[in-house]
Amino acid sequence: MTIEIKTSTLKPIRNTYAHIERRFGDKPATRYQEATYDVHSTHNFHYKPLWDQDREINDPSRTAVVMRDWYDLKDPRQFYYGPYVQNRSKMQENAENNFKFFEKRGLGESLDSSLREKIIELVIPMRHAEVAANLNNMYGTAHGTGTAVTQALIYEAMDRFGNAQYFSKIGLALDGNTGDSLATAKEHWMSNPAWQGVRAYCEKTLTIKDWFEAFIAQDIVLDTLINDLYYRQFDEWLTQNNGRDLLLLMEFMQDRAKDSQRWSDSVLKVVVSESEHNANQVLAWISTWRIRAQEALEPLASALLGDKALADAFAVLEKRLTKVGLNC
Amino acid sequence: MSPKKLNLKDKYKLLTRDLDWEFSYEDRKEAFPYEEFEGIKITDWDKWEDPFRLTMESYWKYQAEKEKKLYAIYDAFAQNNGQTNVTDARYVNALKLFLTGVSPGEHAAHLGFAFTGRQMGGIGARVAAQMQSIDELRHIQTQIHAMSHYNKFFDGFDEFNHMHDRLWYLSVPKSFFEDARTAGPFEFMIAIGFSFEYVLTNLLFVPFMSGAAYNGDMATVTFGFSAQSDEARHMTLGLEIIKFLLEQHEDNLPIVQKWLDKWLWRGYRLLTLVAMMMDYMLPQKVMSWQEAWELYFEDAGGALFKDLERYGIKMPDYTDTIKQEKEHLSHQAWWIFYQYTHAAAFHTWTPSAEEMDWLSEKYPDTFDKYYRPRWELAAEMEAKGERFYTTGLPQLCQTCQIPMAFTEMSDPTQVVYRESIYNDERFHFCSDPCKSIFDNEPEKYVNAWLPVHQILQGNCGGGGLDKVIEYYHLEDGVANLDFEGSPDAERWKDWKGVA
Amino acid sequence: MSRVQIAFQDNDESRYIVAAIEQDNATAVVHYEPAMIRVENEGSLIIKRDTVSEQIGMEWDVQALHINLITLTGHIDEDDDYFKIMWNN
Repeated sequence: MTIEIKTSTLKPIRNTYAHIERRFGDKPATRYQEATYDVHSTHNFHYKPLWDQDREINDPSRTAVVMRDWYDLKDPRQFYYGPYVQNRSKMQENAENNFKFFEKRGLGESLDSSLREKIIELVIPMRHAEVAANLNNMYGTAHGTGTAVTQALIYEAMDRFGNAQYFSKIGLALDGNTGDSLATAKEHWMSNPAWQGVRAYCEKTLTIKDWFEAFIAQDIVLDTLINDLYYRQFDEWLTQNNGRDLLLLMEFMQDRAKDSQRWSDSVLKVVVSESEHNANQVLAWISTWRIRAQEALEPLASALLGDKALADAFAVLEKRLTKVGLNC
Repeated sequence: MSPKKLNLKDKYKLLTRDLDWEFSYEDRKEAFPYEEFEGIKITDWDKWEDPFRLTMESYWKYQAEKEKKLYAIYDAFAQNNGQTNVTDARYVNALKLFLTGVSPGEHAAHLGFAFTGRQMGGIGARVAAQMQSIDELRHIQTQIHAMSHYNKFFDGFDEFNHMHDRLWYLSVPKSFFEDARTAGPFEFMIAIGFSFEYVLTNLLFVPFMSGAAYNGDMATVTFGFSAQSDEARHMTLGLEIIKFLLEQHEDNLPIVQKWLDKWLWRGYRLLTLVAMMMDYMLPQKVMSWQEAWELYFEDAGGALFKDLERYGIKMPDYTDTIKQEKEHLSHQAWWIFYQYTHAAAFHTWTPSAEEMDWLSEKYPDTFDKYYRPRWELAAEMEAKGERFYTTGLPQLCQTCQIPMAFTEMSDPTQVVYRESIYNDERFHFCSDPCKSIFDNEPEKYVNAWLPVHQILQGNCGGGGLDKVIEYYHLEDGVANLDFEGSPDAERWKDWKGVA
Repeated sequence: MSRVQIAFQDNDESRYIVAAIEQDNATAVVHYEPAMIRVENEGSLIIKRDTVSEQIGMEWDVQALHINLITLTGHIDEDDDYFKIMWNN
């Protein structure tokens, strides 16, 4: 009897927060929804930023693309902080085991010295390029609108910093933890002609003012090409050239790129489907950045994989853009 | 050849610090454009000492473990209807204040650290700020999730983000964080990274969470302590940033000192809400505001300032005022909310006889003399059906935005009024430090969105108080007014089988 | 000398850490408060990997400290085999 009364009086008086109910109806909400929607402050700002006096502190006009509702940029992975770190924790555990295995079996020593040198010259310097990716995504977190996209951007930013550290760890796995390979790789990054285009591209992206343009230049144009070159074509190349063991060390980056692309595809698609204005603006950015990317990647792609590689990567970019309705 | 064993410091250096490079193709200032306008001089970012050395893989690993533990407790709390185990439903009002007032501040901090984590030129400092940024995102999200279950059983939580942008007293925390975010990157780091996180955050989290533990609220105590474990890293970042700026150039000293003076006061005023929560809102008391202040500010903060003396940093002049105010602050603050409870999103009450005895014991020099008579009168009026409300609108301090109700310490019956004239307009302040903060940057503070001014100008729904309350999404007779007679109180009685 | 302090969530893992602290810091004072354990010491306080590992009976990583840590005061010095907090006054 008492139990019956207790359960009936413990009936919830509402299912979720009011703003979630306004969006999704009066029903229990997911944790992703509660953690994400309408979290950005939108009204009654107090002071003008000393570093941007013409705008409010949270201001959708920090990009030229326009959205009626920035929360349309839902993350298909539905990452809020908890699932994000737990997902990456699992991936890193796997990577940690791979690195341990590589080290324990002395796989670095059995590598052909020319292959080893190739890795140091043409792969390890990616650790610096990943820092630019970190900063460009961080820029979007700081200046973007709506937690749906700004949280996904910081996850991407932290991921990319993780990548920078994994590339460095590959170097340490090859040089017996002396750090010599990292110093050599940095010299390549700074003065090897193969890298100068990419470095100039990275430096250029860091001066972009519009956060969505930074997303396009980094996460769409450059990353699509790099991902294809390094995580597909070079992966195949290693398989065919006695470099299989190294794939263990690249696995994290490869899996992560796939995961990230699901999100960036969705962001791009929603933004260009929103309006012709957005589609045109995004196209304009893409057409500028792809020219820069072509120029930047040519020497690196040829050195890494030969002359045809970059064209193949561009075909992948083309396909990706067509899929979201952008015909360049 | 067996690989060399790398120690933590060397490994971190190779995996983090060594990743930056000198630009050749663009002007570095175009990429990091906000480093100079505040007048701070950085001569060498390489001198930065990393406050902690977590690689991303360790970060993911340990944070995932923390999250797993935390959400297991949330699930258990919800499944077992943990809300029925709190000492008294009045306690839940402290949580409403937390979700509407503090949690959105976590999000503001997240965005602020994302900004500095992008804009600072040194990679060591940037990465530390980025980790803090993502941690702060964690905090707002875990808080929303912790309160999610309470929201299903109590009023006053459901409109927290709508209210944060509008409700009068919530402009106190909102303007605090916006003040910091609209400043330059280094002022932000001193404001939130050092002054708030290092010096004051313990006063927010530790007493609050011990309070939650004392009052049977396992969901809150768990998120609080779990968040605080990130805070320990944030505190060390705050300490490193101030040391770094002071060691970089002697010209930084006066700038940093001015920021410290400003932000310790801004933070202290913000903590008024915590003072009131500790002394009046917790049914089971942990320690008084005064005791918390002595332990976490005077004792711990004192040691800190002694350490900073070598750089020429001085404790702000007004710390004597704070010392005196600690015996008055909570009483004056709760009285403000008691008078305006019709426009607040949590319930108020007069302290019970036992609670007043506790307050007399904790505040022997002030409570019986100044505040007990007032509460006894209020209770008497309530009993006669003449519950006291103030219907007029209060004047707000232009800087901290708290209603002008704090008194002179030389005469605790006299309300402090300070004013400044700027561009032929008169501005009002609750205190000398709030006045001098305004006087240093009047062009910034004249833009404050002062709720009372906005109401009077018709920008909050227009018309009378009923319209304003509607604008706030505050349903009259539900989330506002006294606890006694509220739907919360009725439900609680129902659960507990009390007539 | 100013006092440093460190606090942990009151749980089983923390108990081993606190036991290690008591072993390595003769003057440390331990306070048991609601849901937390707070340890104070004059000037500085050290947590050693080996001592904690010995207490727990298995390899303990110093950075695992972060899981149960609530707060601390003082400057930090952290390495593979120890975690130290101190004031310079």
